Amino acid sequence: MATSIDVSDLNIYYDDFLAVEGVNISIPARAVTAFIGPSGCGKSTFLRSLNRMHEAIRGARVEGKVLVDGEDLYGRGIDPVDVRRRIGMVFQRPNPFPTMSIAQNVLAGRRLNGERLKKAEADAVVEQALRRAGLWAEVKDRLDRPGSSLSGGQQQRLCIARAIAVEPDVLLMDEPCSALDPISTSVIEDLIHELKAEYTIVIVTHNMQQAARVSDQTAFFNLAGVGRPGRLVELGPTEKMFANPDDPATEAYIQGRFG
Amino acid sequence: MTMTLTPPETRERTAPSLRTRRLPKAAVGALHGLAVLLAVAWIVGPADARAGLLAVVLAGIVPLWSRIVEGRRKAKDRLVTLLVTTAFGIALIPLGSIVWTVLEKGVPVLSREFFTYSMRNVVGEGGGIHHAITGTLLITLGATVISVPIGLFTAIYVVEYGDGTRLAGALRFLVDVMTGIPSIVAGLFAYALFVVIFGDGVRMGIGGAVALSVLMVPVVVRSCEEMLKLVPTELREASYALGVPQWRTIVKVVLPTALAGIVTGVTLAIARVIGETAPLLVIAGATDSVNFNLFDGRMATLPVFTYTSIIQPGVPPEPAIARAWGAALVLLLIVMLLNLIARLVSHVFSPAGER
Repeated sequence: MATSIDVSDLNIYYDDFLAVEGVNISIPARAVTAFIGPSGCGKSTFLRSLNRMHEAIRGARVEGKVLVDGEDLYGRGIDPVDVRRRIGMVFQRPNPFPTMSIAQNVLAGRRLNGERLKKAEADAVVEQALRRAGLWAEVKDRLDRPGSSLSGGQQQRLCIARAIAVEPDVLLMDEPCSALDPISTSVIEDLIHELKAEYTIVIVTHNMQQAARVSDQTAFFNLAGVGRPGRLVELGPTEKMFANPDDPATEAYIQGRFG
Repeated sequence: MTMTLTPPETRERTAPSLRTRRLPKAAVGALHGLAVLLAVAWIVGPADARAGLLAVVLAGIVPLWSRIVEGRRKAKDRLVTLLVTTAFGIALIPLGSIVWTVLEKGVPVLSREFFTYSMRNVVGEGGGIHHAITGTLLITLGATVISVPIGLFTAIYVVEYGDGTRLAGALRFLVDVMTGIPSIVAGLFAYALFVVIFGDGVRMGIGGAVALSVLMVPVVVRSCEEMLKLVPTELREASYALGVPQWRTIVKVVLPTALAGIVTGVTLAIARVIGETAPLLVIAGATDSVNFNLFDGRMATLPVFTYTSIIQPGVPPEPAIARAWGAALVLLLIVMLLNLIARLVSHVFSPAGER
């Protein structure tokens, strides 16, 4: 399950508004790629276009190619629902389903897709997903309590468990720690380190130290100017991006001179 | 340093005390209490309009007094509190009056016979409203069965599929127009519809259900729409991101999350139409016998029974009028029961974390 993503000449529109322009990027398998950049530069929009989630917003569309293992996500006859089963997503704010218990939340991706699991299978899926999300020890005695009874950090790990229970190949994370305290953040960062052995991970973050800590490759996005679309400025190995970036804008942003 | 410096002009600022003078609680309470007492005495009967005037004066003293002792802000607060509370009190008067009168005149009529007998072959005293209760329950049930699917599906379309489209906008507008349809028009619509199918002079319970559902659908659409809108977009996105198709997201995530509100809305819509008289008079008609068949013949209902008992009481008129009060009381109890059920249901079905 080594899935890499190749994006070429991607333009993303909201109706007639060009939000992100001309992105070319290659995201390697089993590695963490971080997107950094100032607010409103299109990082999240671009991330959402990688599993066709941006289509949930009316009027959003895409030009260009997103190749996942050589197959174009936006090609003819591609079902966005199948795309999302292969490419999971974790959101900025933890969003467990309020009507479901912890265990039901983990199983949601499987059950909601109409899969019938036997009790033993379901228990195995729940335990495995929660173990991988580092939450098992904390919740194993209260699996039938509502998901909303957990703390914010636990809820976010529950959402990660829910995403990996579907067994996707790629995990997209849209600022997964921005609503969390430093301790929960470090737990999730450790988790990302462990998960990258099996998954291709893309993470959007506002926290540059976080990008430096967790990612192998960093992409810097910026606006081409006020009212102009966002674009990919520079892409490189994280160490190089933080030590010795090629583009002056990248250097200015990383050193905290703007943004 | 022999030079005498002119002292810097310090504005004398006395630190404002956080403690302010208050009106004596007991005196204010006594004034308010007396005013309420006088107003009630005037409304209920023993005192005349002068008592009402005195009540207004007494209540009005408090803000004026407060203006002198406590200052402007407190006085304003007391004045507005007074106005708001009075408005609430006035709004309660019709409710109190209705409940009191209906209880007073209806309770003596209630008996075992009243609930278990119909009016078949009853002249004068005796008889009951069994036929009207059955009719009301059956017709309302029919109306609910018709309007809940239509209303719920419309709301789902408007919120989940058509949001922002022109069709959804038009639907919203038409639903608003439908809310304003006079109930007699709904009754005439149902009658016209059934005449086309069954011929002149048709009377059927199901026709009443159709007429009531015309009134009920817009209420159901509106309340379901509001409830579906309250479901956060994040939950839908979370579901999509798991590769769940939209229709399953709606069935398994959106509807369960909104269920409590939807059930409450439907119950309140039922309470809204169960007392309709005019449309049922037109299409369901009136009868003295029990009829369990919605699809055959006239069907008595509580509102129509009340109406006809008052309009054509027969000779002597007293027993019929007493039965009308009894029927009104039973209808009122059913509506109150429905409201209680709505509250209970919204508590039971609300998502576990939010109880």
